[in-house]
Amino acid sequence: MSTTDHLVYMANQIARELASQCPDRPVAATRDHIRQFWDPRMREAILGYLDRGGEHLSDTARGAVRLLRENAERAD
Amino acid sequence: MAWIGERDLGTKAIAAAAPAMVTLRIDGQDVAVPEGTSIMRAASLVGTNVPKLCATDTLEAFGSCRLCLVEIDGRTGYPASCTTPVAEGMVVRTQTDRLAKLRRGVMELYISDHPLDCLTCSANGDCELQDQAGAVGLRDVRYGYEGLNHLVADKDESNPYFTFDPAKCIVCSRCVRACDEIQGTFALTIEGSGFGSKVAASQDDGFLASECVSCGACVQACPTSALIEKSVIAAGTPDKAIVTTCAYCGVGCTFRAEMRGEQLVRMVPWKDGKANRGHSCVKGRFAWGYANHRDRILNPMIRASVDEPWREVSWDEAIAHTASEFRRIQAKYGKDSVGGITSSRCTNEETFLVQKLIRQGFGNNNVDTCARVCHSPTGYGLKTTFGTSAGTQDFDSVAHADVIMVIGANPTDGHPVFASRMKQRLRQGAKLIVIDPRRIDLVRTPHIDAAYHLPLRPGTNVAVLTAIAHVVVTEGLADEAFVRERCDWSEFEDWAAFVAQPERSPEATEALTGVPAADLRAAARLFATGGNGAIYYGLGVTEHSQGSSTVMAIANLAMATGNIGREGVGVNPLRGQNNVQGSCDMGSFPHEYSGYRHVSDVATREMFERAWGVALDAEPGLRIPNMLDAATDGTFKALFVQGEDILQSDPNTHHVAAGLAAMECVVVQDLFLNETANYAHVFLPGSTFLEKDGTFTNAERRIQRVRKVMEPLNGYADWEIVQLVANAIGLEWSYTHPSEIMDEIAALTPTFAAVSYDALDRLGSMQWPANEAAPEGTPTMHVDHFVRGKGHFVVTDYIPTDEKTGPRFPLLLTTGRILSQYNVGAQTRRTDNVVWHPEDRLEIHPHDAENRGIREGDWVSLRSRAGETTLRALITERVAPGVVYTTFHHPATQANVITTDYSDWATNCPEYKVTAVQVAISNGPSDWQQSYQAQAERSRRILHEAAE
Repeated sequence: MSTTDHLVYMANQIARELASQCPDRPVAATRDHIRQFWDPRMREAILGYLDRGGEHLSDTARGAVRLLRENAERAD
Repeated sequence: MAWIGERDLGTKAIAAAAPAMVTLRIDGQDVAVPEGTSIMRAASLVGTNVPKLCATDTLEAFGSCRLCLVEIDGRTGYPASCTTPVAEGMVVRTQTDRLAKLRRGVMELYISDHPLDCLTCSANGDCELQDQAGAVGLRDVRYGYEGLNHLVADKDESNPYFTFDPAKCIVCSRCVRACDEIQGTFALTIEGSGFGSKVAASQDDGFLASECVSCGACVQACPTSALIEKSVIAAGTPDKAIVTTCAYCGVGCTFRAEMRGEQLVRMVPWKDGKANRGHSCVKGRFAWGYANHRDRILNPMIRASVDEPWREVSWDEAIAHTASEFRRIQAKYGKDSVGGITSSRCTNEETFLVQKLIRQGFGNNNVDTCARVCHSPTGYGLKTTFGTSAGTQDFDSVAHADVIMVIGANPTDGHPVFASRMKQRLRQGAKLIVIDPRRIDLVRTPHIDAAYHLPLRPGTNVAVLTAIAHVVVTEGLADEAFVRERCDWSEFEDWAAFVAQPERSPEATEALTGVPAADLRAAARLFATGGNGAIYYGLGVTEHSQGSSTVMAIANLAMATGNIGREGVGVNPLRGQNNVQGSCDMGSFPHEYSGYRHVSDVATREMFERAWGVALDAEPGLRIPNMLDAATDGTFKALFVQGEDILQSDPNTHHVAAGLAAMECVVVQDLFLNETANYAHVFLPGSTFLEKDGTFTNAERRIQRVRKVMEPLNGYADWEIVQLVANAIGLEWSYTHPSEIMDEIAALTPTFAAVSYDALDRLGSMQWPANEAAPEGTPTMHVDHFVRGKGHFVVTDYIPTDEKTGPRFPLLLTTGRILSQYNVGAQTRRTDNVVWHPEDRLEIHPHDAENRGIREGDWVSLRSRAGETTLRALITERVAPGVVYTTFHHPATQANVITTDYSDWATNCPEYKVTAVQVAISNGPSDWQQSYQAQAERSRRILHEAAE
């Protein structure tokens, strides 16, 4: 598994768990988790994957990475 | 006999919290003692030592030696003072002519069958029989020495650590009682009767072949040299003792390191130790010989390439080279291209310094610790639900438990001293529920029979715990009053609605968990209604893709049943390594400072910035697996590893090796050239726990002193080495003693605010939080409210692991450890403990073995999607059909070649406990094992040039 594949797997795994833990805000919860625990290069890598289409990201994970993108752009 | 310099009051103290007091007169002295106290103990408390042999204050009174006789006004005869309780107004005489004559008579009988070789006896000067002969004034033996005796009985020297000499045995039964009462193994007995009575191990099998677990309790209890350490026989009796803390598991036993000069003679468990209460296991008690093992590296070494042999260099050169390499790499690849790993085997102070080196010196948060691969889900799960990343109780709490639930832990092997305390409570009548794929020893052991063993299929923890919660909720067994007062009620309602769904029921989940629904229901009812319910868990909970969810499911169950916030209950993670709790506490995670505060928290970060004089990175750093990924991607180039062997301990060995091989500088600070050092460019020799000062924090949050008993053979304590590196990269550290590091920790960490070496010396130990509100520490957490305020229920949906069995890999492998070995075996493999576990074996059920034509001891290949290794088979019904099990103590096996990259969703803790495998007959070690062995040998070549 490449690092990117691994990150996609991790993002989907987080999203899948938080979907039941935080049913009211799974996307935001997944974004928060990634923001809290992933180093910047990991976040950049998953953002890059999203930019390339994000094919294998689940809906929740894709939404979370999009939120990350928006947050990053706002911070810029 | 073990207690040099310690007082033995003869019988135990009365355990009652507020006992009625009784006043009596002993030899003309009035004394008030708790009701139920023995006359012997009462006399000892006023300084009168009644002669005794079979009595000791670690065991129940026995009354067999007849030496402690006393006279009591108004009573006939001469009662034994050890078994006679005090009474109000009682008048006792401990020394009269008649008593003296009786005692001398008893002693004459003992001595008539005892070798008179005191001057050459290994216990000379440390022998209670010798002492008591003097105390009773024995001057001659009227019976002579020519009669029948035991003086030519064969000595049992089979155990590597102690001998049993029946000729020296007085059959006082202290050893038998210690094995029963303290250790709970019941391996010893008095065989025969009358003159033929003798101590026997198991069915007189000899100590090594018997059920004896070599905890040393019998040796400690022996009043003569019948049972004595071989190290004492070799070195002589010790003449001083220093109290320190064991460097093995997370129980944190304290020991008296008994010395002659700088030579360690023996380690004896400290009676006042609050974690171990005077008990020990084979590792802490005896397996310290690695400290002087010939494999230990004492000189720093460097090399330009891992293909080259090591070159011994001076400390100055090694430190300067390390600093220059890290600075070079950061200049070339960026500040985030380097990082480090702290050690759960090192002290709090050393761990704190390594993360400080990385944060202050390297300017990033790329620090992680071996807790990543064991209890990181505990930190996440308990912080989320309760607000604190730690267990809720002290070990004493188990004595108040009525129902004990053990999930994914094997305490008799992994945490043996605590297991003995747990077994004491179980023998008193507490009920036991074991949730584990294997039939661990605790399920059925002498005088203990688990009420329920739920042998779940590996990977289904969440489903089982949710099914238990389903029973609690749907049968109205939840403690609603507790939940309403202490927890968020609406969250509870959401959670209760979730677990109550029919698909969560024991019946609906039985097919996937393998747990009979009726047993699960009964176990749930018992836990919810049986009184104080305490949950103890281990890596069988955390090392799964749903490790953090399982921890939260456990927390949910404890809250729902009201089992939090008092003695006898709680959620108790059994931590693996000696300082894994401490290493987590000290800011070893890449997203947290000490005290579990996120690096993005501005106030906390500013506090550290003020203290350390630099701007700190607000972004989380890389975890260990992420470091390895980044290394193979080319963005992570240098790693400082203190006291950790990731090549052997971390999953998917091939991937770990690839990551390490991709780095330009790997620094290993360790006692030995471990497996990770095969890929290292700098080796900094480490110091043992005997050679430094510091503190460890055990599984009950107990901070205890580690005290230096000898100078470091390598020249420096580990904290000094880190300071040398820090100063070489331009930091200006000036610690002169670890106490100064602890002062800095306390100043920067609210939960450690009251901790200092002075306080620790005064109190013996402290359980954090220790601060203004709790200056002496906190034995039980969440008493009035949870640290986070209201307890937080989390819905934990069962999500099956993606590691699936199938036609190619039809079996599930789960891994663990064994009593005699520790973690990667770096220490215990270099002791006589290898007698018990010389190699890793694959446990396989007879049905699975038969299907594959495997016989006991056959070489078998173990293959997963990640890799293959070979080892020998052990056929046993301890594992269920479809499940195989092995340990990871031996690098020759490299069990982690098999384990995969799957990990806990929240923390990346590896899924060690579930790997789909196939097992087949093999001819011997695989090609990979042979090539790895050859590579390891090449990598360990050393050019022994004279260091400056």
